[in-house]
Amino acid sequence: MADANYTSTEIMTIEAARRLKNGTVCFVGIGMPSAAANLARLTHAPEVVLIYESGTIGAKPRVLPLSIGDGELAEYADTVVSVPEIFRYWLQGGRVDVGFLGAAQVDRFGNINTTVVGNDYAKPKVRLPGAGGAPEIASNAKETWIIIKQSKRTFVPKLDFLTSVGHLDGGDSRARSGARGAGPTAVITDLGVLAPDPVSRELTLVAIHPGITVEQAVASTGWDLKVAATLARTAPPTASELETLRDLHARTAKAHGTLAME
Amino acid sequence: MTSKIMPLAEAVGRFVKDGHTIAMEGFTHLIPFAAGHEVIRQARRELTLVRMTPDIIYDQLIGMGCAKSLVFSWGGNPGVGSIHRFRDAIENGWPRPLAIQEHSHADMAGRYQAGASGLPFSVLRGYVGSDLPKHNPNIRSITCPFTGERLAATPAINPDVTVIHAQKADREGNVLIIGIVGVQKEAVLAAKAAIVTVEEIVDRLEAPMNSCVLPHWVLAAVCEVPYGAHPSYAHGYYGRDNAFCKAWDPISRDRDTFLAWMKEHVLGTKDHAGFLKSAGITPIGRDAIHG
Repeated sequence: MADANYTSTEIMTIEAARRLKNGTVCFVGIGMPSAAANLARLTHAPEVVLIYESGTIGAKPRVLPLSIGDGELAEYADTVVSVPEIFRYWLQGGRVDVGFLGAAQVDRFGNINTTVVGNDYAKPKVRLPGAGGAPEIASNAKETWIIIKQSKRTFVPKLDFLTSVGHLDGGDSRARSGARGAGPTAVITDLGVLAPDPVSRELTLVAIHPGITVEQAVASTGWDLKVAATLARTAPPTASELETLRDLHARTAKAHGTLAME
Repeated sequence: MTSKIMPLAEAVGRFVKDGHTIAMEGFTHLIPFAAGHEVIRQARRELTLVRMTPDIIYDQLIGMGCAKSLVFSWGGNPGVGSIHRFRDAIENGWPRPLAIQEHSHADMAGRYQAGASGLPFSVLRGYVGSDLPKHNPNIRSITCPFTGERLAATPAINPDVTVIHAQKADREGNVLIIGIVGVQKEAVLAAKAAIVTVEEIVDRLEAPMNSCVLPHWVLAAVCEVPYGAHPSYAHGYYGRDNAFCKAWDPISRDRDTFLAWMKEHVLGTKDHAGFLKSAGITPIGRDAIHG
């Protein structure tokens, strides 16, 4: 993508934003999900309802929040409720259309690890932040989307720890587990988009971004990546999408001082 | 009636004891930093620390050796990255091993609700497919007696002391919390004793109807500590100090740098005003964030 006038993170964020329909109720994770969800709100989906686990419902931040509980989220929300209420009435109550999550690792069934790197939980190689709201978002939203940069480090054959459920062991195992909702319906990466096979539930490459090859996606996956028979090509960012995203990041950097969002 | 309003050092001295289970809550907003520093100054040890989102203040308590165990659901420095004292304790056992009991947010919130409700356990539709129950014996399951559905069950949290920060209290000690209220009401009502630090004590609370008010008679102590939530924020008073949160990363990465910083600015000062002055901190006004 050497000749492209946008970055791989920008196309990932823009492609994720495009999928969010106007009026959708989206439970948003901090970081990349939040950037994509707010880009959608500022472009084609002004009536998207953004919920953050800090209890802000209908959040309309003018700049991207740095933490999940920034005052910016509360200030421009339709309402602010307690943390027990957001998880009980609004999430477990079945009112969330899309749970939008980031991850440290995903496996071929879209299960997520955000807990530890290394196979000994008691003595991890790297201690990650942990579950946060994700286990219940992943098992109660009507569907979940995952946004993550794709590499052999992040797309692993076996998770070091299963924090939040995807399609579990594939097939109908998720449905039998008691999890609600359809599970991960899209994994949006800096290389393309993956979706679960209708029967096996294994993540399959269904689209690649401009300038990316199938070989690159395969080489950046820790398992033998399945590729759809008809592979879509992501449309490049429009001038308007890029400008809106860059303005948002510029406003954010100004408001938060030197801290970057990435 | 004895007044609940007292200096923070007195409140910590009277209510927080070695070996206690202590919850400090505030969901990235109104984090009781000044109270955490006072617990460090008074050198409490063998604490079980409870908090949904252990961040810088728990990093400091853990790094100073106050905690033997931690009950939590997400540990990090929001927008910055890892908390290094927490990681060093878990990965390397420094300055002492830290036992952890790890949950999800929904579950922690439910555990506090059960505690506040006088119920023995909380139930939730959670942890489906997750490895967390394999590593936390407190996450069990229960069969619904009406539908037969299997649900997660975890014990109530009833801290010895819950500590929170709020915007204001009146002279009787009634407390008003504005903005993101997190799990503070539940954590206070679940506790045997609750300490609240506030930005200011006023003649009249002027709380809007249905707002989050904690009556003085459910609290043990109310302490006036301006900027007591710094570097987190107090909605309507001051913004989050993102520069401090970023600066914390290199300070906390190295054990000696961390200890030197804590000795100079926390152990070397007698109260929060002294800490702010020593560390050269000027809290950021509301306009800087919301203007």
